[in-house]
Amino acid sequence: MSTESTPTTESHLRLVWIYPDLLSTYGDRGNLLILARRAALRGLGVECVEVRSDSVLPEQGDIYLLGGGEDGPQAMAAQRLAADGGLHRAVVRGAVVFAVCAGYQLLGESFFAKGVQYAGLNLLDIRSDRGPSRAVGELAGEVNSALGIPTLTGFENHGGRTHLGPQAHPLAKVSVGVGNDGTTEGAWRGRVLGTYSHGPALARNPALADLLLLWATGITPAPIDDTWPERLRRERLTAVTSR
Amino acid sequence: MTGKALPLRTKMATSLSRGAAALSRATGRGDGSVIGGKIGLMIDPDLLANLASGREIALISGTNGKTTTTRLTTAAMGALGQIATNSLGANMPTGHASALAKAGETRYAVLEVDEHYLDQVMTATHPRIVALLNLSRDQLDRAKEVAMMAAGWRMTLAQHPGVHIVANADDPMVAWAASSASSVTWVAAGQRWHDDSWVCPDCGSRIERENDQWWCTGCPLRRPTPQWVAVSGGVIDPAGTYRGIQLQLPGRVNLANAATALAVATFFGVPAITAVPRLAEVASIAGRYATVVREGRTIRLLLAKNPAGWLEAFDMAEPAPTLLSINARDPDGLDTSWLYDVDFSPLRGRRVLITGDRAMDLAVRLEVNDVQFEYVVSFGQALATMPPGWFEVIANYTAFQDIRAELDRVN
Ligand SMILES: [Zn+2]
Repeated sequence: MSTESTPTTESHLRLVWIYPDLLSTYGDRGNLLILARRAALRGLGVECVEVRSDSVLPEQGDIYLLGGGEDGPQAMAAQRLAADGGLHRAVVRGAVVFAVCAGYQLLGESFFAKGVQYAGLNLLDIRSDRGPSRAVGELAGEVNSALGIPTLTGFENHGGRTHLGPQAHPLAKVSVGVGNDGTTEGAWRGRVLGTYSHGPALARNPALADLLLLWATGITPAPIDDTWPERLRRERLTAVTSR
Repeated sequence: MTGKALPLRTKMATSLSRGAAALSRATGRGDGSVIGGKIGLMIDPDLLANLASGREIALISGTNGKTTTTRLTTAAMGALGQIATNSLGANMPTGHASALAKAGETRYAVLEVDEHYLDQVMTATHPRIVALLNLSRDQLDRAKEVAMMAAGWRMTLAQHPGVHIVANADDPMVAWAASSASSVTWVAAGQRWHDDSWVCPDCGSRIERENDQWWCTGCPLRRPTPQWVAVSGGVIDPAGTYRGIQLQLPGRVNLANAATALAVATFFGVPAITAVPRLAEVASIAGRYATVVREGRTIRLLLAKNPAGWLEAFDMAEPAPTLLSINARDPDGLDTSWLYDVDFSPLRGRRVLITGDRAMDLAVRLEVNDVQFEYVVSFGQALATMPPGWFEVIANYTAFQDIRAELDRVN
């Protein structure tokens, strides 16, 4: 976990959803809604900004979100973000990035879309290529102990495989599903974190949502009533381990 | 088929197919409509084409409303005599073969077609007219992306220039697909769900909307001028005449489906004045919109299979106590992420009960959406919990079938 001092001192959290016009498949909005709710329950003022791909990316966000998408929009999003440069500057400043699926892949050095290799944003030391088959189904695994959060649970739906370099830590060790390569799942470094758990990944992983809030604010979020998310986690983890 | 001898193999396949369907019904293994068609198609790959030959066929396709619109169209066209139709919603080629075989000789057929099979079924059946309702995300883990589907339709329609198209002018994806056809009747059927059509399918520019209008900011694609318009309590026909329709089916979307049905029926020569009262006779479709009275409670069943369908269901539902039931079995799609694409806020202030295999996913979603709810383990418990009076049930596919089974397979 990052130990740098955090840049946000105001009690006002800015959540930036990057290019929902290109990167938004099933339920990606959920991550924005869940972060906003969990921040508000801790008494933080929240501002949600959705930035379309024809607009300049604001650099003063606290948490940036990237969703999933098809190959064409993924390649276009990577090119526009590289040309914009705002996300790089925000990360250097200490902003948090949370990316799923196609958004995760484009944070790396390179990825494949429609059979062509594209340069990524180099914010994570990862490279993605095509796997032998599409990975569709439940995904679960123990999270890297440095992050101090419980088992990851999610649903994956991707054709890519991702290989981590020495500068990236795996988010989790896969016990169910494929993730990066059947062994590890997701990656993080500093305050940039990506996962193949697609759509509303934070719905099943409230501790991960709180970790992002901690990174963004420097304050450990106070406990809240997580009865329903905990029941959902139990049900999903039981379903995948009992089959 | 009228006045034309069937090839021997088709005759064989047809009678075998009928036998298998009867067997399937008798053994309680299904409604018989799919299994009969499957056996038939194994024996004669041209079965569907042969069964379709000589009939005047209308196809109805789209993500939502195709079963309902097929039923409304069949009702309206009933003025012309017996209509062959796949009324059990078996909407792939085996279901079509089965329906046509079962119907015997008819001059007309109205067939609901799964949106993925439009090309195959148009090629096999040579329809005179095809009605296209809407396109939106259905089940990501199985279906094509929406724009890809629209592109597929567009190519298909361009390859069948003799076929007349009825299309929703309010859905940019449908309008783009249909604009490759040589003759189109446009219906202002509305589009409550916009999240799959913010980007032009032709040029990738942003689509702007204002009131009823939409247009691409980068190319000439824009809303075509509709000939039929669904309005409050009725439709406006191509001559500009308002025709009130006393539909039993709820919601603005079903008036739009009625407008499409009228566009198809009038194409075949049924006068609108004859067709309208026939539409009003349709009360429910395979349990959808059905109302059942149990222990002083009037239960109405609404089926919602995808985000656009949920928005329409909220529009139809009375502001009464409501049970939501969600499963994620194979026919539903295994992924529940779509719950976050639906805004459940119209349910705030109503008494909401939740159940189903994936009620916990729904619980978390409703909590994030600030909708109060109570969890119940079953439909039976929901019924016991509800006070007497009106009670809405909104469920996705297999959850709906489960509840329908508990109500003795209500139609
Ligand atoms: Zn355009």
